[in-house]
Amino acid sequence: MAEFTLPKNSKVQKGKTFSVAEGATNTRTFRIYRWEPDSGDNPRLDSYEINLDNCGPMVLDAIIYIKNKIDSTLTFRRSCREGICGSCAMNIGGTNTLACTKAIADVKGDVAIYPLPHMPVVKDLVPDLTHFYAQYASIKPWMQTQSAPPPDAERLQTKEERAELDGLYECILCACCSTSCPSYWWNSDRYLGPAVLLQAYRWIADSRDEFTGERLDELEDPFRLYRCHTIMNCTNTCPKGLNPAKAIAEIKKLMLARTV
Amino acid sequence: MSMQNPLAKVRGLGSAKEGFHHWWSQRLTAVALVPLSLWFIYSLVAITGAEYTMVITWMSQPLNATLMLLFLFSLYYHAALGLQVVIEDYIDSEWQKIACLILVKFLIWLTGLSAAIAVLKIYLGK
Repeated sequence: MAEFTLPKNSKVQKGKTFSVAEGATNTRTFRIYRWEPDSGDNPRLDSYEINLDNCGPMVLDAIIYIKNKIDSTLTFRRSCREGICGSCAMNIGGTNTLACTKAIADVKGDVAIYPLPHMPVVKDLVPDLTHFYAQYASIKPWMQTQSAPPPDAERLQTKEERAELDGLYECILCACCSTSCPSYWWNSDRYLGPAVLLQAYRWIADSRDEFTGERLDELEDPFRLYRCHTIMNCTNTCPKGLNPAKAIAEIKKLMLARTV
Repeated sequence: MSMQNPLAKVRGLGSAKEGFHHWWSQRLTAVALVPLSLWFIYSLVAITGAEYTMVITWMSQPLNATLMLLFLFSLYYHAALGLQVVIEDYIDSEWQKIACLILVKFLIWLTGLSAAIAVLKIYLGK
């Protein structure tokens, strides 16, 4: 059966409490999931109360502040700090999003931070995305053509053909959508998930690509594609405001178009 | 633990090259069930409290028998498709999954076919 409760060694326990907000009025508490692979201990939830006057406005600013000033053992990924690399995807206040584009002010009360749901955890807020990236590789995310490239020019598109890629090319593969999808939680071994299906559609929708049929063949599978039950968590959570559910629906419409 | 390359794991047994028919049938039966369910509920209310012979006469009308058979077919087909999805979604163990799928399929045929025979028996007169 699908597991609805955490295994015994994954149950989250109460952790340590830190405060560096003596006498400060503008404070906020961050409750952050901690797990060390080497200690053998269960995961715990550490609390850090910080003075917001001393740190930047985003959740990422706060966790960098915590790592620099309070607890250097806190582990997380981050790189661009402007929502384009997708490294700092995590579950903040119950929603998957990018820590760098999520304002602390937009979270009510204590800020709870967990790693992306239902992924193996490497340490603290760092999930193991190996399988997710392999799924991305499996859809062959590059242009495939049978015709020879024009000798003296690029493969051209009209403005309308290029516009077909809007809402698709912006995906940064942060995995917020896939890890918010219950279908992906239960069946990610075979279901590709919203992020990878949106990427698959990005190449299907590309007017220059000549392998649309083969791409659809690869996706036509009860699990790879049709595990999507239009739950819509993907679209609700996407920090880039994209609509993976619509991309999946477009793939299903193409399946219809080539059969009926 | 496995030394298999992650991509090999994802590519797995390859695409089943099916799933469209299941998805399309589920939607078609759903659409068909909208008017058929309304007709069924309307009929149920209309014949409630009627005498035995009245109900037999009602069911013996070709239109009523046809709509009833269509309703039963759409209902059982839709239920079979839906239950299959639920089982595939939530049951992890391969043999349990197959066992449940077989059981559900048999039960759907048993109950669906006996319902259809009941309608036909009335329509054809014993």
